[in-house]
This record gives sequence, C-alpha cells and structure tokens, in this order.
Amino acid sequence: MQEQSSPGTDILKPSAAPFWRDEAKRAIVFQIVALLVVAGVSYYLYSNTQANLERQSIATGFGFLDKEASFEIGETLIEYSAADTYTRALAVGALNTLKVSFIGVVLTIILGTIVGIARLSSNWLISKLAAAYIEVMQNIPVLLQLFFWYAIFYEAFPSPKQALNPFDGLFICNRGMIFAIPEAHAAYSAMGWVFLLILIVGWFANRWGHRRQELTGQPFPAVRMTAVAAILLPVLVWVMYGSPTAMDMPALRGFNFQGGITISPEFSALLLGLVIYTSAFVAEIVRAGIQSVGRGQIEAAMAIGLRPGQVLHLVVLPQALRVIIPPLTSQMLNLTKNSSLAIAIGYADFVAVTNTMINQTGQAIEGIALIMLVFLFFSLSTSLFMNWYNKKMALVER
Amino acid sequence: MSVPEQATREYLDAPIRKIGALAWLKENLFNNWYNSLLTVLTLLALCYVVPPFFKWAFVDSLWNTSAEACRDIEGACWSIVPNNIKFIILGFFPEGQEWRPILAMILLLSLVIYSKEWTRWNKYLGWLWVAGLIVMGTLMYGGVFGMPVVETAQWSGLPLTMMLSFFGMVAAYPLGVLLALGRRSKMPAIKTLCVVYIEMIRGVPLISLLFMSSIMFPLFLPDGMTIDKVLRAQVAIILFTAAYIAEVVRGGLQAMPRGQYEASDSLGLNFRQTMRLVILPQALKIVIPPTVGILLSAFKDTSLVVIIALYDVLKTTKVTLSNPKWTGYSTEAYIFLAVLYFICCYAMSSYSRRLEKDLHTGH
Repeated sequence: MQEQSSPGTDILKPSAAPFWRDEAKRAIVFQIVALLVVAGVSYYLYSNTQANLERQSIATGFGFLDKEASFEIGETLIEYSAADTYTRALAVGALNTLKVSFIGVVLTIILGTIVGIARLSSNWLISKLAAAYIEVMQNIPVLLQLFFWYAIFYEAFPSPKQALNPFDGLFICNRGMIFAIPEAHAAYSAMGWVFLLILIVGWFANRWGHRRQELTGQPFPAVRMTAVAAILLPVLVWVMYGSPTAMDMPALRGFNFQGGITISPEFSALLLGLVIYTSAFVAEIVRAGIQSVGRGQIEAAMAIGLRPGQVLHLVVLPQALRVIIPPLTSQMLNLTKNSSLAIAIGYADFVAVTNTMINQTGQAIEGIALIMLVFLFFSLSTSLFMNWYNKKMALVER
Repeated sequence: MSVPEQATREYLDAPIRKIGALAWLKENLFNNWYNSLLTVLTLLALCYVVPPFFKWAFVDSLWNTSAEACRDIEGACWSIVPNNIKFIILGFFPEGQEWRPILAMILLLSLVIYSKEWTRWNKYLGWLWVAGLIVMGTLMYGGVFGMPVVETAQWSGLPLTMMLSFFGMVAAYPLGVLLALGRRSKMPAIKTLCVVYIEMIRGVPLISLLFMSSIMFPLFLPDGMTIDKVLRAQVAIILFTAAYIAEVVRGGLQAMPRGQYEASDSLGLNFRQTMRLVILPQALKIVIPPTVGILLSAFKDTSLVVIIALYDVLKTTKVTLSNPKWTGYSTEAYIFLAVLYFICCYAMSSYSRRLEKDLHTGH
C-alpha cells in the first residue's frame, strides 16, 4: 500500500536506510554522545569541587602567587629569601629543574654515546661491559637509583669537620662537594664575551666555508680554526688583563663551609641517578642508529677515498642521526620529567617547591595545574623543535 | 678434481692461530694496538674496583646476624635483609595473617608462569584468570571463611607492588589500544578527545598524576564519598601507562598497509571484525618490543608511589632503614631491592623476546 502511495522512490530505497544503519549519521550520534558524556562528567566534578572548596573554605585563583612564600630553599640560581613571593619561589624551582635537566641531558648524551659505541666495539671485554651496564641500569627503577646514590653521599661521606680534602681547594663531605673557584675579576667576563664572539664568527665562517666548497670545491677548515681561536684568544685576553690568579678558597666556618662553590649531595645524587639511568637507554638508541647505516655505505665512502673521519662525519653520522634523534628526544624529555623525582630526595625542583606551596596554601588544583603547565610547556616546545628538525633532516626523495 | 682436494683437506691440521684460547684472546681483545691498550686499561680499572667490592660484599660481610654484630665489621651487613625480610616483603599486613598475601602472590606467579606458553591462551585460561583474581582479592581483603578484613591501607610491600604493576599493565593495555583506535578514527570529536588526552598525559610526569590522585581528586568527589587511596594511585598508573601504550599501538596501526583494510572491506567484514581479525593481530604483534618497554617502565614506575606515601616494597625498605638499629646499611638494602627489580624486569624482557620469536609468522 505504501509503496503505491509514493511511486518513484523505489529506486532510492537502498540509500534511505534507517539512521542506525547509516555510517555517517551513526558517527554524528556517537560523537555527540561522547561529547555529552565528557561535558557531563566535567560539570559534575566541577560542581563537586566548587562545593568542596566552599565548605573547606579554600581560596581559589592564583592570587596567592603574590603572597610571601616564607620558606627557605636550599639551593638557588637567583637571589631568594623566605620573604620573597611564591612567584619567585616557583621561578627558583623552575630554574633548578632546568639546571638539573640541562646538565643531565648533556652528560647523558655524552655517556650514552660512549656506552653505545663501546657496545659495538670489536673488543670483547668492552662490548660485554657495556652490555652489562645497559642491561642492569635499564632494569633498576630510577627512584631506587636516586635513593641509592643519595644514601651513598649522605652516609659514606664524613661530616664537614672531617671533610675529605684530596687536594687543595676541594672538600668532600656529606654537605656536598665544595671546590674553589677563581675570584671575580673583570678578565673572566671579558673572556666569556670573547669566547661567545668567536663561536658566532665561527658559525658564520662555517656556513661561508660550506658554500664556498659547494661552489668551488675549495674546502675551508672553519671548525678547526674556530676551535683553535676559541682556546687561544680567551687565554690571550686573560694575559692582557694581567693574568689574575686569586682563588675563592672554601674554608670551614662553624659547621659549614663558606666560599667556593658547593654542589649539594641532593643535586649530585639526582644528576647521577638520572644520567646513569637514562644513558643506558640512550646507549641502545645510539647502537641501533649506528647499526642502521648499512655496511655498503661505509665501504662505498671508503672506496671513493674519504678518510675515516670523513666517513664518520659525512656518511655515517648524517644517516645515523636521522634514526637516533627522535627516540633520543623522547629520552631527553623522560629525563626532564623524571627530574621531578627530586622531591623524593629533597632537591628543590619545581615540583618540590610547588608541593610545599600546596601544603601551605591548600590550593592543590592551582598547584598541580602549574606543574602540568610547566611540563607541558617543556614537552610541547621540544616537540615543535623536533618537528622542525625532522623536516630539516628528512630524506629528500624524488 | 674435487676429490683429491678433499682428501688433502682431511690431513691438514687446523691452523693453530685460528683456534684455542690464545687465538680467541688475540681476535677479541688484542686485535690492534688501541684495542690492546683499551683491554689493559679496562682490566686495570676492574682490578681497582672488583676485588674491593668482592671483599666488601662477600669476604668481610655478615649474612645473618643481629644489628649489633654489624657495627664492628668493615664489609657489607647483609643481615639487614633476613632480619627484616618479613616487613620488607609484607609491610603492615596483620600479624598471623601473613600466609594470605604469600598465597596470593604464589597464585599470581603460578598463573603467570602457566600462561607463559602462548599456545595455552584460550577462553578457559581467561576464566581461570578471572577465578584466580577473585581468589587473590578474597585472600587479600578477607571478610569471609573466618579471615578478618584487612583494609587496603594495610596492603603493603611486595603484594602492593605486584598488584599496582599487574593491574597497571593489564588494564592499561586495552585502554591504550582503544585510545590508539580513537586517535586514528575519522570522527573529529573522538579523535580530538583522544589526541588531547594522549598528548597531555605524555607531557606531564607521573608524579603530577599521582599528586592529582592523592591530593586533588578527593576535592572532585561529592561530600562524604571517598575512594580508596590505593585504588586512586592504581587508576593514575593505568591512565598514565595507557597514553604511552596508545602511542606505541598507533605506530603499529600506521605500519599496516592500506591493502589489509581494503582486503577486509572486500571480504565484507565490518569495522569491528576488520580490527579484531585482521588489523590488530598484526599491528600488536609488530609493536611487541616497544610495548614491553612501556610495560617495564610501568612496573618500575610503581615505585613512585613512595612519594604519595603508599607502602610499596621500596617504602617498606626505607622504613626499615629509618629504624635506628639498621640505619646506615642502605647500600645493602637497596642492592637487595635492585636485584629483586632486575630479576623481574629481566625475566619480562627475555620472555618478550621469546614471544616475539614464537609469534613471528613472516619469512
């Protein structure tokens, strides 16, 4: 009966399926439901939170950032005292995180590369030792390693009064490593500026040299010249300033050392634990990267008469790096994130400072939001850099 | 022509420089000047490190004495481990009930060992696991058959570590696969939700999630409602691990050639069948190595619950060390724990290598 009432629609029938059989419409319904569920749960949690905060009379918002922090921080890169604001305390924490991450990343890459190359060594002993290092260090939780090193620094080393003094100007005790630094002098900042200037000039010289080699075939030893200049010129500046040699010697006053530079046991333990743990992973990445370059590539490079250094520099490394860099970056990010374990051994990184702040103000939501924002900022900026780098290094195919 | 050649070869002695210990040494340790130098230097360094360590660990050490006996010795005081083993392993589990967590752990281990052969994976094994988990839960919590109730706050030591890591891995895996499928979905809203979730979780340290679970989450719940602290930490670990699994699985999905999808379409399989029968079995198989890496991290990362004051095996060790009687022997205790973790991780990674080989169906 119905078919008769609407003649001509028969031919369209197959497409006029009920909406639950139509994939496109089903997808829309599905998405709306998913969004509604997410929105509903968020609203539920939000309203609960509002009620809880009101009941426990916890303040909201970031107004507390301008208040006095009133807690001390053991090691700071910038001036800080308990009378400063929370903002400054957080800045101190963030800088401490950056400090340990940056030094950690540099040391990890160096150690990881050495171990990775050692793993591939034709020397049986070296190769097996590297393999054992990788296997053992990868399989022990990083937090346990941190506790281990911290315990060693704290228990095995003597108190400041009996500090070990292996040579003049270096003291080792359970307050850390204290060593002498040259006393402040105009010569040192001048040396720093000269060094920086040489690096910049060297970079441009290197670019120019590459372009000239591509155009004319004439090489230009920019790297070598920069290296020589970077060592010699600062020394020259130092001599011109009358070669100052006065040192800021650490000395025991009361219960602690004054003068010199102190590397705290917390910092050393954190750095050592992070570097040793992460470098085991980096070593595997480096090994895989080097092995990914075919033997034929090396043989071909040698066949056209490149020297071993050139083979490494011009043929192996550019190809290996393409494999190495992406996982290496994620390991570097892991190291940065793992640096938040500082809180367990009392190094004042960003998370530890924020945690103290949460305990004082009770504003957990803001505090954790800050932690997440800071780490998301690190991660996202690194991935932006990585995308740029990957594009730059990507194979140019026909 | 070849016959006399073979005959002469039979009478030839093997070249002396190609076999034997000396040749091996020359080949592997002294094949050129810098390798020889390296070998000598390494051996010297080992001589400096190994004998003192050996002396400390095995010669001058005490293995099962009281704390007082340890005060006067030069070497390691391993006695800290046997003297405190009950607390390190079981933590605050009530006196007299220790057999329950031990039995639960044995049950879990035997189920894991039984499930090792992938040929045994079938429906019945699944039900066996369900039954086993129920029995383990009952053993731990109690409340029936005359076993007194043990609150989760008292679950500590190795059972807690095993529970957090086991459920952390087992629950995170399917969640991660779902997230990966969501990220590959053509539906923009689903895709955005999954991308935001994965990238956000991967961008922050686990610590921040654990903090969230321990100090922020209670604020989210209506007045009077509380969720167990251990459970909250467990959920944080699951959510964290799932995001990492999702990225690994996405890699596997991306590696599947289009032809696989088209072939299943042409066979008339729907989306669920395509995924379950064609795509996932292949995709999940090629990502076994990185997946195991993630699962191992999840296992190691359970130690982070120390920071939110859950008493896992690392925390019970620390508590032992804070006992004035045993203060100062942290090196020994931590080495014991490191060995424990190492054995577990090593077993898992070698199992994964075997599984990968067994499941390899290519040529």
